[in-house]
Amino acid sequence: MAVTKEQVESTLNSKLNPSHLDVSDTSGGCGASYCVEIVSEQFEGKRLLERHRMVNTALAEEMKQIHALSITKALTPQQWALQNPPPPNPQSPPAAA
Amino acid sequence: SVRCFSALTPELKTTLDKVVTSDKVVVFMKGTKDFPQCGFSNTVVQILKSLNVPFETINILENELLRLGLKEYSSWPTFPQIYIDGEFFGGCDITVEAYKSGELQEVLEKAMCS
Repeated sequence: MAVTKEQVESTLNSKLNPSHLDVSDTSGGCGASYCVEIVSEQFEGKRLLERHRMVNTALAEEMKQIHALSITKALTPQQWALQNPPPPNPQSPPAAA
Repeated sequence: SVRCFSALTPELKTTLDKVVTSDKVVVFMKGTKDFPQCGFSNTVVQILKSLNVPFETINILENELLRLGLKEYSSWPTFPQIYIDGEFFGGCDITVEAYKSGELQEVLEKAMCS
């Protein structure tokens, strides 16, 4: 049975409680290859290898079917905010009058 | 479900302990450094070649028991698997990320001098 993108998403959502999650199917439709971008507070204080291990462990069941899993981003919310600054708020007053 | 079968026998573990320390950098991959058979494995080979470090590659496609045993040995589900100074460093994504940040170069330099 093939693993669906929705399955990968729901497993990661329930196990790592991400504040941002982007799963893309890179298999061209066969459902066996995924690319994951994930932001979670649970990565706080953990090195990259540990973070990737957490994702791999969360997906242990799915990994039996998945042929390729690429974790392109495993960030803390803070790191994510630094990489993706929020757009300037048009409501806020200008910095200098 | 309980897994009763383990590919990582004590003998294989002893062998792997020796193999990962046989060279400063050891890559378990699909194919060989001269003929990588997977894009992820190729990426790692190209990075290591560009950094000019000596490294050994082991083709896991030639030995199914080795392939299964390594997954347990490293607690890592995919290939390639990179070992530096006898220690598991990561897979392709980690190596790419560490290469971009300069961390890989640091770790390799330290390994070469040790």
